[in-house]
Amino acid sequence: MAGAFWCVVEDDRQGAPKKVMAETLGEAARLSGGNVEAVWLTDKASEVGLKQLGEWGATKVWLVENAALAPYRGEVWAPVITELAGKESPKAIFGAVTSRQRELLARVAARLGVGLCADAVALEMDGDRLIGTRPVYAGKLLSKVAWAKSPWVATLRPNVFRPAESEAGKTAQVEKPSVTIPAATMKFVERREEASTGLPELAEAETVISGGRGMKGPENYVILEELGHVIGAAVGASRAAVDAGWRPHRFQIGQTGRTISPKLYLGFGVSGAIQHLAGMRTSKVIVAVNKDPEAPIFKIADYGIVGDLFEVVPALTQEFKKLLDK
Amino acid sequence: MKILVAIKQVPDTATLVKVAGDAKSIETAGITWIVSPYDEFALEEALRIKEKRGQGEVVAVTLGPERAKEALRSCLAMGADRAIHVNDPAFNDADTLTTARALAAVIKQEQPALVLVGRQAIDDDMGAVGAQLGEVLGWPCAYWIMEETIDADGKTVKAARQVEGGLEVFDLPLPAVLAAQKGLNEPRYPTLKGIMGAKKKELKDVKAADLGLGGEPSQLSIVSLQALPPRAPGRIVAGDVATAVKELVRSLREDAKAI
Repeated sequence: MAGAFWCVVEDDRQGAPKKVMAETLGEAARLSGGNVEAVWLTDKASEVGLKQLGEWGATKVWLVENAALAPYRGEVWAPVITELAGKESPKAIFGAVTSRQRELLARVAARLGVGLCADAVALEMDGDRLIGTRPVYAGKLLSKVAWAKSPWVATLRPNVFRPAESEAGKTAQVEKPSVTIPAATMKFVERREEASTGLPELAEAETVISGGRGMKGPENYVILEELGHVIGAAVGASRAAVDAGWRPHRFQIGQTGRTISPKLYLGFGVSGAIQHLAGMRTSKVIVAVNKDPEAPIFKIADYGIVGDLFEVVPALTQEFKKLLDK
Repeated sequence: MKILVAIKQVPDTATLVKVAGDAKSIETAGITWIVSPYDEFALEEALRIKEKRGQGEVVAVTLGPERAKEALRSCLAMGADRAIHVNDPAFNDADTLTTARALAAVIKQEQPALVLVGRQAIDDDMGAVGAQLGEVLGWPCAYWIMEETIDADGKTVKAARQVEGGLEVFDLPLPAVLAAQKGLNEPRYPTLKGIMGAKKKELKDVKAADLGLGGEPSQLSIVSLQALPPRAPGRIVAGDVATAVKELVRSLREDAKAI
């Protein structure tokens, strides 16, 4: 429907939308009064996935299912979305802050000749225009931005926006539009999977544990992973730890790593350098454990323990085990 | 092989940043400026490609005010052969798309075989210019690059991009745009010889009119800029380890409802 708020589906590449979709759909519904549609480009959709999008509030799913859409390539996806947008005139096009959607939505905005608000942490209607809020300058400042014209293109930071409640029985109309799928010039060679830790993905995790220089060495991260398994947390690291070669770069939290915004952040032996804070200061609850009572991270922590992490972490793991009955 | 590297001058992470009187921009007095770290990865990669191939030219480009020349001089000191400064007040309020269009105009004039950019600038963290360059130029583009190799005849680049859960490797026909992720390389420091030599290298100013661009209005504008509201003061959970941990877990469950 013209004037709808679109949410581009981020999925697990196996046919299921990721839970961040509940957040983008929920926010789009709040802003538009429920005029929300999902746009799903995939090589493999599923009935369960389509049902889930409906239950999260999508009134319609524009489904483009084609083998040529995998793996994601911006040069293929962006023209499909903009062709559809040209026909359907959405008021807004939202994505999530993931590696592919950050690129995709930038391309979509360029093709449509409209503004892009990347990594929004708040969105608000101001009369008939949308205002986006985004952290800038290492998260020290907040910038409010407005678009010259619609569609308003934005990516939303995970874990910040209130997710839609899943309502059983709500269904989305599934429409399979006829669109041109351009030929790719980028030839897919291979995908190299990382060894799975069995823990949640850093960027989307609701609880994140971070180990800094105070971890003293790569061999000690195992105690954080044990805690991670008990509370269902991702385990990341500070730049100091990554630069020391203790953890691969994909685990880095901060300005030159991942920006995270979990419900709970637990930092162990993390001093709280500005570039680390840039990547985690929008976390809802911050816990810091550090031997140094002067560590800057205590200035933004909700709870702090001044002490030896090698005593605190095992004790925390035991205490959470009791609490969670594991 | 000619390689163009688009860079941005940004405040150093550790520098104090304050909102200016207009409530839309920052106070620039007293700021330490640097080349955005991701752009250094891009430049380093360009220099390595040139060195490996034993020939070529690396051109650093930026769009920004007069002070951005310092960032270009740093690039020349690191080893770039020459620099182009898109320096025109018409671009003062440029958003990512306006920036991408201006850089694309430079690229069309220069016709490099490869464009390297950082995955995002660490001032406004939009992370869009590289992707939008790909779109405006109609070139293949790979984001968050962790490694790359160009084939011997300079026709294709194999690039590994970081995605959730792994790396995806693609062959891109050249010309192409690559956006550098941390981990691609370790940027070199300029040598004294490099710094001295940089003064003799070409650093050219370019105006909007030279690029055939008028003052197209930006599509995204800043309404206001404000300091981050301070977090409510936290508390240090005191006591011996056993006591503190028990109290912390209780607080996280009952007060903060975070677990």
